[in-house]
Amino acid sequence: MEAQAEKKATEALAVADEQTPANNATGSSMTDTSSSMTDKNSATDAKHSSDSKSHGIDISAMNRGEGNTLTIEQETTCLDVRNMDLFYGTKQALFDVNMIIPKQRVTAFIGPSGCGKSTLLRSLNRMNDLVDGCRITGEINMEGQNIYDKNVDVAELRRRVGMVFQKPNPFPKSIYENVAYGLRIQGINKKRVLDEAVEWALRSAALWDEVKDRLHESALGMSGGQQQRLVIARTIAVKPEVLLLDEPASALDPISTLKIEELIYELKDKFTIAIVTHNMQQAARVSDYTAFMYMGNLIEFGNTDMLFTNPKEKKTEDYITGRYG
Amino acid sequence: MRESFGSWTRSGSPWVWLNAGAVAISVVMVIGLLALIASRGLGHFWPAAVLETEVRTPDQVYHLVGEKVETVSVPTEQIRSAGIQIQSEKETVERFLIKTGNRDVYGSDFRWVLEEFVQDVTYPENLIAVERREWGNLYGYLLALKEKGETVAVQAAGENSIWPEFEKRIERALAIHEEIYQIEKHDIGRINYAIERLRLKQRGFELKGEDSPQNIAELDAERAVLNAEYEVLQRQLAELYIAANRDSFVTQAMNGQTVEVSLSKVVRAYQPNQMGVMAKMGFYGSKLWEFLTDEPREANTEGGIFPAIFGTVMMVILMSILVTPFGVVAAVYLREYAKQGFITRMIRIAVNNLAGVPSIVYGVFGLGFFVYFLGGHVDELFFPEALPAPTFGTPGLMWASLTLALLTVPVVIVATEEGLARIPRTVREGSLALGATKAETLWRVVLPMASPAMMTGVILAVARAAGEVAPLMLVGVVKLAPSLPLDGNYPFIHLDQKFMHLGFHIYDVGFQSPNVEAARPLVYATALLLVIVIALLNLSAISIRNHLREKYKSLEM
Repeated sequence: MEAQAEKKATEALAVADEQTPANNATGSSMTDTSSSMTDKNSATDAKHSSDSKSHGIDISAMNRGEGNTLTIEQETTCLDVRNMDLFYGTKQALFDVNMIIPKQRVTAFIGPSGCGKSTLLRSLNRMNDLVDGCRITGEINMEGQNIYDKNVDVAELRRRVGMVFQKPNPFPKSIYENVAYGLRIQGINKKRVLDEAVEWALRSAALWDEVKDRLHESALGMSGGQQQRLVIARTIAVKPEVLLLDEPASALDPISTLKIEELIYELKDKFTIAIVTHNMQQAARVSDYTAFMYMGNLIEFGNTDMLFTNPKEKKTEDYITGRYG
Repeated sequence: MRESFGSWTRSGSPWVWLNAGAVAISVVMVIGLLALIASRGLGHFWPAAVLETEVRTPDQVYHLVGEKVETVSVPTEQIRSAGIQIQSEKETVERFLIKTGNRDVYGSDFRWVLEEFVQDVTYPENLIAVERREWGNLYGYLLALKEKGETVAVQAAGENSIWPEFEKRIERALAIHEEIYQIEKHDIGRINYAIERLRLKQRGFELKGEDSPQNIAELDAERAVLNAEYEVLQRQLAELYIAANRDSFVTQAMNGQTVEVSLSKVVRAYQPNQMGVMAKMGFYGSKLWEFLTDEPREANTEGGIFPAIFGTVMMVILMSILVTPFGVVAAVYLREYAKQGFITRMIRIAVNNLAGVPSIVYGVFGLGFFVYFLGGHVDELFFPEALPAPTFGTPGLMWASLTLALLTVPVVIVATEEGLARIPRTVREGSLALGATKAETLWRVVLPMASPAMMTGVILAVARAAGEVAPLMLVGVVKLAPSLPLDGNYPFIHLDQKFMHLGFHIYDVGFQSPNVEAARPLVYATALLLVIVIALLNLSAISIRNHLREKYKSLEM
């Protein structure tokens, strides 16, 4: 089991290396490891060149486990983004975004740095309200209600649409108190209820076995990967409907990254998940739908398999084949 | 290893040397200061040998008994020009300051003599030194003990046969004195306090028009009980006073005059020239203990300074309790809620400038606003029965703490704001993303994490407030407070009372005392104590902060 995990992780690392745009840009000065990987990559490319547009990602090798193809029209809508523009002061960061986040699916946002994917994600639970001078037009509907309506309770919205950030941000409290935090905020203080919820959340985040003996020790003593899973546990403890993950694995090592990805796979039965990632491999591995964004525009949105194997837009193709980024 | 000056400069080592030198000088100065006040102050409690000598000046010859306190070198020229003929060929002559005590006999405690005139110095073992409650020390030979005016034991000037009997009787007198003190201070103090409250209650009834005969009768009944108690105590006291005044002793002072002193006036008696090192250390310990735990005597020049220590600590603690919420709330508003712009910037500048206002200005403000305005209105509203005598409308502990809280609030605001600014945004967002409101996030996550910074502010505030004297002179500190601001009488903490303060005590003893020479060592000792008290207050605050830091260790790893 351990060895298997490690092998997977090594693969993940290797693939991540190939796909890092910086590596592609400075291909000539790459390290031995990555250049050998590139060789391997080109070999894969050659193999698949016949049936696809030959991209950096071999989608059939992803072991995605879903035989049937998904179509966005058949999904239940969870969040519906309509004609959304977003401005930071006078600078426009998002241009007329229209998309839906389907229920109980994983939707990935990819795109080069500064393309607005995190901004879009953060506007789904109004985290952008915290940014001075941030202004939004258009609407985001959740169960028929525009979440930017004046009478929406932002705290309640954020409870329903939980978020996990790039860097693990546990509170300087015990592991138990971290997970119980959201419940305590809701006024739940019964020990029995909290105990159950904490155990459920930690089990769901695949962390229970690692921490069950030290629930009352500080969360800051955990490793980065454990901390990030703790943050996920903390977020799902309040039973949100949507889970927003903003590059949840970018600060983690490959093994922790793998665990997070496995976790996403497990959690998608219970939650609607939206994930921003820099790593296209990761997007391809974990998501059902992928949105490609560029310069504040949503360029293409669709079934992950389709987007990676047969992109409709030139920009998407350029990006996933690593021509820029 | 030859280097040019230029390359030496470029290497940066001159700056390292400069910095290291500055640090070294600072350290040396601090240690030197502490060593100076420690040696000057703590030496005072050591029982010095008492010398006996014959002083022969060209004009007169006299006998001198006393402790040598100080030696200074004086230019011979200066002595000559003062009209004193001396033979010395040297440039300077030594001059001694002798503490002769017996102020009731000679009029002063100290006398300067030139070394040249001092002859045949001896240290007779039978000389006794007596610390008295009045008139300072007494030096001389024990001649006789008396009981109710009748002589019970006699000895010649050089003998020591009645010393044990003398010590026994002193012990008895001290025990009686302790009893008298307890009754006067605690029992009678309590009764007086209760009677005063009854008087105020009656006055209150009168003001409210509730002075029905029934109410008045109740008060009268209570008062009668208290008065009866008082009568009993009074009789007890009278008996004790007679008992205390039973014994007296006769000594021969240095000019041959005999002096009779009642034993009830004696604090302690000892024979310094007979004491061994161990005995002296024991004596030293008891003097030091007295200094720390006793009340002052003789216009603060003798006895202890406990009320001043207590007042200082109490005032600083009250100040911290007042300043922390003030400063934290202000900082939270400024940093978290206020719209950042011109006005908040102006407020910040104003706050920072407030820290630079001379403290006496705060004192004047405190007197005008807190004491006269606020205190006056508080009296009108809540204590009308005591008027025209003010309750809070007069300088007191409460106003002193408030004034100092105002003085130190900028420090707490600045420190807390910095602490709040250092909390990583991600942690706040983490809390908000879980459905917490901004207030919940602040209360549950941000403020606990900023608490070490708040404690830093409090530490700085304590350091500043504990050493402040000038404003306190206007808003509540007095030379001698009759009772501690914390005692067994309801409501236990008396915020309206005046109190004593170490800083003011130093000023008072050093510069306002009728007996400056006698008090000078106490100034050093008090100064040392003030430094120690401030250091202890700071250390406790620092340990709290370190504990908090450990608990909320920064998330940046």
